[in-house]
This record gives sequence, C-alpha cells and structure tokens, in this order.
Amino acid sequence: MALASARVRWTRSSVIPGFGLTLGFTLVYLSLIVLIPLAGVVWRSAELGWVQFWEIALDPRTLQALKISFGTAFLAALVNSLFGVLLAWVLVRYRFPGRRIVDAMVDLPFALPTAVAGIALTAIYAPNGWIGQLLSQAGVKIAFTPAGIVLALIFIGLPFVVRTVQPVIEEIDAEVEEAAASLGARRHQTILRVLLPALAPAILTGFALAFARGVGEYGSVIFIAGNIPYVSEIAPLLIVIRLEEFDYASATAIAAVMLGLSFSMLLIINLVQAWSRRRFGYGA
Amino acid sequence: MALEASLGTLPKVAEPPQATSERPLARGLLVGIALLFVALFLLMPLLVVFVQAFSSGLDYYLAALSEPDTRAAIRLTLIVAAIAVPLNLVFGLAAAWAIAKFEFKGKAFLITLIDLPFSVSPVISGLVYVLLFGTGSLLGPWLKAHGIEVLFAVPGIVLATVFVTFPFVARELIPLMQAQGTGDEEAALSLGASGWQTFRLVTLPNIKWALLYGVLLCNARAMGEFGAVSVVSGHIRGLTNTMPLQVEILYNEYNFVAAFAVASLLALLALVTLVLKTILEMRFGEQIAASRKH
Repeated sequence: MALASARVRWTRSSVIPGFGLTLGFTLVYLSLIVLIPLAGVVWRSAELGWVQFWEIALDPRTLQALKISFGTAFLAALVNSLFGVLLAWVLVRYRFPGRRIVDAMVDLPFALPTAVAGIALTAIYAPNGWIGQLLSQAGVKIAFTPAGIVLALIFIGLPFVVRTVQPVIEEIDAEVEEAAASLGARRHQTILRVLLPALAPAILTGFALAFARGVGEYGSVIFIAGNIPYVSEIAPLLIVIRLEEFDYASATAIAAVMLGLSFSMLLIINLVQAWSRRRFGYGA
Repeated sequence: MALEASLGTLPKVAEPPQATSERPLARGLLVGIALLFVALFLLMPLLVVFVQAFSSGLDYYLAALSEPDTRAAIRLTLIVAAIAVPLNLVFGLAAAWAIAKFEFKGKAFLITLIDLPFSVSPVISGLVYVLLFGTGSLLGPWLKAHGIEVLFAVPGIVLATVFVTFPFVARELIPLMQAQGTGDEEAALSLGASGWQTFRLVTLPNIKWALLYGVLLCNARAMGEFGAVSVVSGHIRGLTNTMPLQVEILYNEYNFVAAFAVASLLALLALVTLVLKTILEMRFGEQIAASRKH
C-alpha cells in the first residue's frame, strides 16, 4: 500500500509494461558513461583547492588560450549567423537548380570527421594552397594564424545556425507578410520589423550552439592553427598538452573552467527557447 | 554564372506578388551569395580531399591504403563503431521508451542530461576517462593490479566513442515517440499481446526509419571522432590508432598523400551518410520527427 502510493506520486500509473526496466537501464547507463566520469572532473578540481585552482585558471598561458578559444568561436558564430540565416532563407523561400543538393550539403560539417576537415582546410589556405596562394600574393596569411582558427570554426558551426533557423522560416505564416504589405510596409520594412524579430530567438539559439561547439572544437582547428602559445593555441589543445606532460591538475582545472562556461551557455539557450515559445508560440 | 542560371529558371507560375517577396535582382543576388559561400566553405574542402588523395596516381593511393598500420587503423575503427553504435542503440530505445511512454517527475531534466555529451568539448570527453582510469586515479591502481588495460587500449577508445555518440539515437526517438503517444501500444496490450510482442510488432515498425536515421548519424560520428579518442588512445601505431588518428600521424610526418588517402575514405563515409540521410528525409520525413534538428 505504502509502496504503491509512493509510486503514484512521481509517476502516473500505466498499462504499458517495462517502465522500471527501461528507466532503470537508462539511469544506470547514463550514470556510468556520462555522469560519474563528468563528476570526476568536478571532484578532481575540488581536490585542487580554491587557491591552486585559480592559480592554474589565471595562469597567463591558460587565460590566453581561453581568450583565443572564446574569441575565435565568437567571431565564427557571428559570421555563421549572417550567412546561416541567408542560406536558410534562400533554401526555404527560393527555388533554384541544385537547391536539394545545397540543402543536403549544409550537413557536411556534421558528417565529415573533424580531422579530415582540418587537413582539407589547411591544404586550401596554406601559402601554397588553392586559395592560400592567391591570398599570400596579396600579403594575407590565413593558415597558421588565428584567422585560420576562425575559418575552421565557420566550417564547423554553419549547420547549427541553418538548421535552427530553417524550420522557423518554414513556419512563418504568409498572412503576416501580407498583412504588413497591405498596411503599406515596404519589403525591407517587413523584413526588418516583422520577420527578423520573429526569427531573432532562433538566430540567437543557432549562434549559441555554433559558439558552444566552436569553443570546444579541437580536430579541425589544430591542423590549421599553427598552435603557437599565446597566439594561436586553443584551450582544448592546452588540455591535451598538459595531459601529455602528466600535469593532470592543470588539465582538469582548464576543463572545469570550460565546462562551467559551456553549461552556462546551455542554460541560456534553454531560457531563450522557453521565452521564444511563450512569445511567438514556436520555439527554435 | 550560377546567378544567371538561377534567374532564368525561377518559376513563372509561382511568382509571388512583389510586396511579399524580394525583387528578382535581389533574389538572384542572395542565391548567388549563398551558392558562392557553399562552394567556398563546403564544396571546396570536400573536393580538395579527393584531389590530394589521388595527386600521385591511383597506384600510390591503393598502396597507401594497404599499408599495414593503415589497415590496422581501418579495422580498429570498424570494431569501435561495431561496439559503440549497438550500445547507444539499445540505450536510445530504452530511454525513449521510458521517456515517451510514461509520465514521471524530472523528465525534462533527464532529457537535458542525455544531451549533455553534445555540449562537452571532445577533448574533455576523453579527459574524463583519463581521470577515471589513469595512474593516480581511484580505479587506476586496482586496474593495474588486475592487469586490465583501459587507457591507451581499445576499451578506452570504445568508452570515449560511446560518450561522444551517446545522445544520437535517443534524441531522434524521444520526440517522435512522444508525438506518437501510447494509443497503439495500449490497443495491442488490450488485445492480449505481451509487452515484448507490443514492442516488436507495434512500436518498432512505427519508429524504424527514425531509428535508422539515428544509427546513421551515430555511426558517422563514431567512425570519425578525433578529439576524445586522441586523448585516450596513446597513439600506438597498428594497435590503438583509429582512422582519424592515422590521418593525423601521416599528416604530421608530411606524408600528405597517404594522409589524404585515409581521409578520402572518411570523406566517402560522410558522403554516403549524407546521401542516405537525405533519402530518408525525403521519403520518410513524416516518420522522422526531429529530422530538421540536425
């Protein structure tokens, strides 16, 4: 009796079997693979103690690496927000030859292993590469500089913006635009004051997803970055370097800082989505 | 060029009134910019992989791929995917069943936790297992005493791969099964089907395309994962190198053609994944609820 009523309190009774089994398996597997290992990072950081933790986190090389990671990811997400929205708009609203292929190609960065993307981009933008050659004649260097990092992160982050904004553009009612037009709005006024505000939450979510992915990205960046400490060394690479020196304390501290920042981002994304659903009736 | 082509073929019938669409010139310009961007940022990297891979001829390409260390890397990648993908498939089914077919408190939080690996840097995904199993960890000495190798061995690589591909199947199934509700299953059960029969004969046919979709994406990531695997692998040639790691090693040895040869296989995998994914979306879009979310 007591057991039955306790159960009713957090789950509604159902005739479908397997609740205990599937939820139990889910929780055990989730704990073993994800939660316990992640808790290990928090645990090992706590072991360091407050003073030592901040000493590592505020070490100039660490700070610079974090700055480079977050700075380049921010720039790349900004570029992707612009071109991602443009691509999503073109794919939903216009019909042109090869549209389906372009639509499918947008997911390439999801499907292409990051190491492959890394060496491919390096081959293109290195001083003797297809585009690198032209740029080096103009005195511009992209590979082996922070600009190369931004380039790699643009590649990695593009689908996040397109795939977040695309379904929202599809959902916009034609009536909204017709109403704006019939009330005398010019096309650019409709776009800026009617369409863009409705798309803003989705664009923001896409930006945040691309940004979060860019901060943690490793494979595609290390080939093109040049990896010069204080100049083009990203935070994930510094974790790898510390691990190779068996300096687990430093690696853990940098990881903890990155995790903290990423989870704050995740929280913000969720809040934006909840707000967007309340405001516009559809989420991102 | 692309601009004129696109201008020429804009459908005359579906031409919307001027007030609710852009002028043809603006449309052409936008399409042109979009195509240029895609060509430069997506098409060219793909192209360069194959051009570089075959730059010394077909014989050299085949020789590079049949090199023993490379073949060992291909074998290891297949083994790792063959373990990691089924594990996450079973997990995805269990999690989706529990979440979609039942009401309980804390469900939204559970879904957030399942998505967690996607917001963790691949390098940190590897690091967590180094902290768990490495020397100086809680489990490290015990494992060493019993002669069990996890880090710098295949089990560590499998674990890291399972971690990074953890949410793929679950997040395809959960929204779809939530949308489908419990009506079909309740009908089957009331007609006397057992729980297992209900799952196999009612639920599974309802979700098979979404399941395949999730497995496809999960497999692509499992075979291509670099950062997490790089941290736990130890880079022992012929033993703990997966294909992406082999690409890195060959590239860092300035053996560019061989590196691109291995990379071309991974690029081919990506292309096949994209084609199958597009076919699934076109034919069974209704039965893949979250297709646009990727």
